[in-house]
Amino acid sequence: MNHDIGKLPEILERYPQEPQSLIAVLQDIQKEYNFLPCDALKHTADYLDVPLSKVFSVSTFYNAFSLNPKGDRVIRVCMGTTCHIRGAAQILEQLEKKLNIRAGETTPDLKYTLEVVNCVGACAMAPVVIVNDKYYGSVKVSGTKKLLKGG
Amino acid sequence: MRIDKPAQLTKLRKELVAVEKKHTKKIMICCGPGCLANGAAKIVEEFRKVLKKKHIRGFKIEALKETGCHGFCERGPLVIIEPRGTFYTKVKPKDVEEIINESIRKDETVERLLYDDPSNGHKIERYNDIPFYSHQQRIALRNLGHIDQYKIEDYIVADGYNALVKALTKMKPDEIIAEVTTSGLRGRGGAGFSTGRKWATCAKAEDTPHYVICNGDEGDPGAFMDRSIMEGDPHSVLEGMIIAAYAVGAHEGYIYVREEYPLAIENLKLAIHQATEYGFLGENILGSGFSLTLNVSRGGGAFVCGESSALMKSVAGEVGEPRAKYVRSVLKGFHDKPTVLNNVETYANIPVIIDKGGEWFAGIGTPGSSGTKAFSLVGKVRNTGLIEVPMGTKLREIIYDIGGGILDNRPFKAVQTGGPSGGCLPEEKLDLPVDFDTLTEAYSMMGSGGMIVMDDHTCVVDLAKYFLAFLVEESCGKCVPCREGLFQLHAMVKKISEGQGIEEDIEKMEKLSDVIIKSSLCGLGKSGPNPFLSTVRYFRDEYLAHIRDKKCPAKVCRELIRFDIIADKCDGCTACLSACAFDAITGKKNEVHVIDQDKCTKCGACEAVCTRNAIEVS
Repeated sequence: MNHDIGKLPEILERYPQEPQSLIAVLQDIQKEYNFLPCDALKHTADYLDVPLSKVFSVSTFYNAFSLNPKGDRVIRVCMGTTCHIRGAAQILEQLEKKLNIRAGETTPDLKYTLEVVNCVGACAMAPVVIVNDKYYGSVKVSGTKKLLKGG
Repeated sequence: MRIDKPAQLTKLRKELVAVEKKHTKKIMICCGPGCLANGAAKIVEEFRKVLKKKHIRGFKIEALKETGCHGFCERGPLVIIEPRGTFYTKVKPKDVEEIINESIRKDETVERLLYDDPSNGHKIERYNDIPFYSHQQRIALRNLGHIDQYKIEDYIVADGYNALVKALTKMKPDEIIAEVTTSGLRGRGGAGFSTGRKWATCAKAEDTPHYVICNGDEGDPGAFMDRSIMEGDPHSVLEGMIIAAYAVGAHEGYIYVREEYPLAIENLKLAIHQATEYGFLGENILGSGFSLTLNVSRGGGAFVCGESSALMKSVAGEVGEPRAKYVRSVLKGFHDKPTVLNNVETYANIPVIIDKGGEWFAGIGTPGSSGTKAFSLVGKVRNTGLIEVPMGTKLREIIYDIGGGILDNRPFKAVQTGGPSGGCLPEEKLDLPVDFDTLTEAYSMMGSGGMIVMDDHTCVVDLAKYFLAFLVEESCGKCVPCREGLFQLHAMVKKISEGQGIEEDIEKMEKLSDVIIKSSLCGLGKSGPNPFLSTVRYFRDEYLAHIRDKKCPAKVCRELIRFDIIADKCDGCTACLSACAFDAITGKKNEVHVIDQDKCTKCGACEAVCTRNAIEVS
């Protein structure tokens, strides 16, 4: 599938044209498009003079990158130790059931992506769920509906 | 304004202090991770709105400060009125007007928002009188909660960049290294290597250029000390790094921050910009002829990148795979050049050591572990938050005097230190003094400073399974013992948690652990079996209960428990029925409800909502 990657030249210009810039460029592409379009990876490889295979290996090594489009609402359930002992697994289970997808997947209508994250450092508020960039602390199993609706 | 001479900084500080002194009252709003998650941004907005509307004589908007983490996250959002130190807890936007009327216009307090001591119900007004704070000693966290996190001027008022002036104008690089060595400072990232020795090795290395790197990839789940420092007091990290760079002869440096910490990245970038404008970074710093540029490098969400050689690969834009350490990274590190890599908290300690001297620092803590250590105290403890105590403080003091004991007065079961590579310590170890060596001797480790308290509702088998699953997921896959060994270890713990284990499994797992520890390439693998080893050492009975009796004593492992509704207690309120996402509960309103065991996934949602304790777990 071809995606409009019109903003790519502007992203590439933000960083020095050297292999060391690869992760920073990919992060900006991910932020702009919510995933890494294939064409953008090819251009980036050419521009930074890095083999495409290496771009692919970096793209798949780090959790921050995704090769598939993500949903409008990205729900990230924190699975840090504190969240774990305060019931994060149950919250994840509720969300998986309600959205009918597993962690790491996106709903077919591209509305929701469900992810787990390894601790966001807000342990005092455990369990924590982050919807897009908004933090929800002390989430209860009964409060997952609210997370899907927003607000 | 660029500062070229030390005298200019002294003059600037005098002017800034004079401005600060004019504020007879200051409003400090905690914007640390916990308070932000609890809505601190809205409190700031409301204060600005109300202060704009009501003009209060003598109060300038500059006296409203957005600070870093004040520490007592449990009670957030926090608002503190200085200089009295009035401590308002769980503040909501609707409380703002009242706080302004009572505490700013008048000299009164809003009683209902004060901290109430759970032991006797008494209200305590000032934070310094609250046990959570009075048992602490803050060095690395010295400015958190006391200065505006976005303003370099506030840092300068708090004697910031004083140590840099001293280092650049009055000390030679080897004198700085000698001072740091005298202080006995050991790396706060977990391994506890002597900072002075590391710097000395790098400084002597002939190969050039040299680099300085700050490890802000705080990957241990349950730890947020470094996040709080990078967000709330970024200049203390920069100042420590500039001094380090001068000492080891580096002119380029990087701060590697995990991408889960966007605010830390933003605040560090802002701090670098401010420090460059004032001439603390860039060319010819303070007219000394020494130059340094610092950059922020964002991580990509990989736990293994907290390991030094993997981190350096990642800064270079590559896959973060560790390498064997027969050549140390201090000699062959970033781009294969000599590199000093220290953790955030280590750097934050440096300015104070230079300012007050290594002897002073060495006088705090224990002989083998000098100074203080920051911890994030979390889990099933009453006062969760960010704390700092002298090394050698007993676990019991931390958990009971500062932490206020276990949540809901439940029995203490274990405390987990050192993240996934650390271990669990049981009740009989509570009187251990916390320092690098005693924790290691007790088969746990200091780690970066996450301290997770657990009560009797936590199952250690489940916990070991959790950590091993984490490590399997985060293993980079380069070496076989870590990739395959941890995978097998996890599979076996999982088997035990499901009641399918046999007693020989424990022995097999101990043997396998030994192989993984001896043959893995990097620290992730070498410490990978710790979650299993430390729990089986101290809680063997609990493993045996899962194996012999097919029971989970903590009632956590799902395959070994069942949920039932006690008919006598159920009043048919339907709360559990609506909470169950799996349609496993049936029953009419006002009639006793029943759980269908075939559909029940044992998620516990019903137990969480039942107000009559009618759900029985057995």
